[in-house]
Amino acid sequence: MNSLETGDDCLVLAQRLAEWVTLAPTLEEDVALANLALDLLGQARALLAREGDEDALAYLRPPGQFRNCLLVEQPNGDFAHTVVRHLLFASYLYELYRAHPGDEVAAKGVKELAYHRDYARVWTLRLGLGTEESRRRTMAALEALWPFVDELFESRAELRGPWEQYVLATLAEASLAVPEGVEQRSGGRRGEHGPHLAALLAEMQALHREHSGATW
Amino acid sequence: MVTVSLEEARAAAAAVPDPELPMLTLGDLGILRDVVRRADGGVEVVITPTYSGCPAMDAIREDIQRVLPGVSVRTVLAPPWTTDWITDEGRRKLAEHGISPPGRTPVLQLNPRCPRCRSPRTRLVSRYGSTSCKAMFACRDCLEPFDHFKEF
Repeated sequence: MNSLETGDDCLVLAQRLAEWVTLAPTLEEDVALANLALDLLGQARALLAREGDEDALAYLRPPGQFRNCLLVEQPNGDFAHTVVRHLLFASYLYELYRAHPGDEVAAKGVKELAYHRDYARVWTLRLGLGTEESRRRTMAALEALWPFVDELFESRAELRGPWEQYVLATLAEASLAVPEGVEQRSGGRRGEHGPHLAALLAEMQALHREHSGATW
Repeated sequence: MVTVSLEEARAAAAAVPDPELPMLTLGDLGILRDVVRRADGGVEVVITPTYSGCPAMDAIREDIQRVLPGVSVRTVLAPPWTTDWITDEGRRKLAEHGISPPGRTPVLQLNPRCPRCRSPRTRLVSRYGSTSCKAMFACRDCLEPFDHFKEF
């Protein structure tokens, strides 16, 4: 497992999910999204600590040095976007961790990700089978985020089969069609990110950069 | 430097309350892994987090060092913690405090019983609760909303 790539995936998505705190549709989802973020942050810390000083890696690298996939840096959008992004990503990370039972972060994380993908699955069903509006938004999210799917499997093609089994079954159950003929994007693993990551990092790193060494 | 025996140190560390579930001790929760003698003669307490992102680990470390001055505390991830390590005493205390204790893993798809009226007719409100380790349920009979310690 590449600790830098997966650590960055977890860190960036944790920050994205934390943006929902106080803004989620209901108090229960506010709490749930914060818990998802916390799990990922814990995994990110353990993974990045293998690569060097976790604070320096999180707070002092420019966007071009991040190795996260493009999917996790996509903006939260509406709740449907966040749910679909989590379905696509958590199902991938679950399979990645499951493929590394000897890695202690993965062995622990796989149990957490099982809950994550279940959370995303249940919400995908509820939104897909809900109202006209929830269905329209979920389809729009799927179309907006599908271009970032191939990148997940760039170097781990063998994970795609089991991932598809879970994700495609969920989408079928939610009566959502898989987008077709979508042009795929990549570059995150080489440090080629969109403008969204720079904005996310500017916020995440501001305090540390301004007050280096600050503590609570 | 601590001069306590390993047994005394183990008992003291095991009796430290968990900061987020203070009705449970670290021993009840099953997160105290080991208490060992360091090469320099000091004592090392080994703990493991419930969830990867458990924000209580720093507080737990400080609490252990408060009752056992001079010990070092090491965190390990493997083997991953599971709710099966919560002791029977821990389960009893959870129920006594209105938190439905986890079933034994792997769990059957049964809802937990209401810790207040013991009814099995409960419904899931949210898969996540006030901490990572809990889900929110409500009782269909007595209407009590309650936390359930998730099987993990």
